[in-house]
Amino acid sequence: MPHRIGKQTLAADSAVSVAAWASVGSRMEMEGPLGGALDYADPDGRFGQESWEKAESFMQKKALSLALEKAGLAPGDLDYLLAGDLLNQCIASTYALRDFPVPFLGLFGACSSSALGLGLAALLVDCGAARRAAAVTSSHFGAAERQFRFPLQYGGQRTPTAQWTATAAGAMIASHDGRPPFVRRITTGLITDLGVTDANNMGAAMAPAAAGTLQAYFADTGTRPEDYDLVVTGDLGAVGSELLEQLMQRADLPLSGRRRDCGLLLYDREKQKEVNAGGSGCGCSASVLCASLLPALQNGELRSILFVATGALMSPTASQQGESIPGIAHLVHLTSSAEG
Amino acid sequence: MPVDKDRYSKMTDKASPPTPAFRHGLTAFLVGGAICAVGQGLTALYLSLGLAKETASAWCSVTLIFLSALTTGLGWYEKLASRAGAGTLVPITGFANAIASPAIEFRSEGMVLGLAAKMFVIAGPVIVYGVSAAAVYGLALVLFGLA
Repeated sequence: MPHRIGKQTLAADSAVSVAAWASVGSRMEMEGPLGGALDYADPDGRFGQESWEKAESFMQKKALSLALEKAGLAPGDLDYLLAGDLLNQCIASTYALRDFPVPFLGLFGACSSSALGLGLAALLVDCGAARRAAAVTSSHFGAAERQFRFPLQYGGQRTPTAQWTATAAGAMIASHDGRPPFVRRITTGLITDLGVTDANNMGAAMAPAAAGTLQAYFADTGTRPEDYDLVVTGDLGAVGSELLEQLMQRADLPLSGRRRDCGLLLYDREKQKEVNAGGSGCGCSASVLCASLLPALQNGELRSILFVATGALMSPTASQQGESIPGIAHLVHLTSSAEG
Repeated sequence: MPVDKDRYSKMTDKASPPTPAFRHGLTAFLVGGAICAVGQGLTALYLSLGLAKETASAWCSVTLIFLSALTTGLGWYEKLASRAGAGTLVPITGFANAIASPAIEFRSEGMVLGLAAKMFVIAGPVIVYGVSAAAVYGLALVLFGLA
């Protein structure tokens, strides 16, 4: 049964494992630094489907199927499926998972959904509500562009602060299987809005949420950034990461050398100029977690990390009505050992 | 120390790299100028074929629109535009791209509610306000007896 520490943090009382995981990507992700670590990748972003939305569903289905395969489980062995994406009504998730005979909980936390899903799956396992629960998230460049911005073939120029929605998905299965890595604590974020209205500067819009969640976590647990190997944010990109550092320094909790961002890990900004300030999307943090961070925790290269996925809770309608962009960040504390 | 909206706005401005205006302006000038030069060349070609001046201009526009829609479909226009910016946006080719690109993108929702309905999603405002401005202009000409 999880217990509450402080205002926003819950600690797992049992050893909740991330028993298996899988990542899926496309051409840009294959060409990035983590390309070789993806479990499945297709350079054609259509993945053999008729539309971008169907392609995104395909990626989620593939990620979950591969994670189940690695764990040696059948879909029916799962007690809960938690999934989210960026499309209206979360159709990438529902259409991907409609064939799985598992109780389904749809999530919307924008790009924070990866940490939201993993955290909730871990809670369900810790409190005994589920023996195994899977968290799946995805994003697709083509599907996101046409929903939030312009058609792909439209000749527009991006600003240097714009980010690139990852065509990627990740699936993780939480259980009491006893193998590392382990989910130790989760911190649920507050909706945070410091008035950023520029939809081409999502990192800046989300950085205050990440700073708020991290500060709450450190206050709740009485720990400091130095107690962790890495503090990995979801998709703040170059601009948001810089702003997060400044906000943390003002709170006397500098992250300095420990700070990483999935949006900067998934792509090589020097070679892949089109990503501008870095990657974004639910699939960005999920695929980096599955392709890089979880394996490093499993083999002991990393011992203890804070994974903070960040989401921009906006829609084109709200933006067109002049609203600013509220951000949210959810944190998961992951370790290579169940104790200590 | 908590940060308020004003303070954060300043921090954001400072942390956000500016658009390289000079470089973008220069590429826009060169590419936009090149497209216009091609148009001039086409007009000269049609004139040399014996077409009247107005007909030659119309054929020039039609050719540029065709080339823009074709290269949009081939995925080349977007690649050029990502560097050229206003250079590919301002000429008539930009307008053609703005109509062709949603037509391609939304074809997956069907020929009527997808392709046809979404075709004007970007160019629509230009048409609405272009036609409105022309109506106001025409009215002014009549009212002031200039026409």
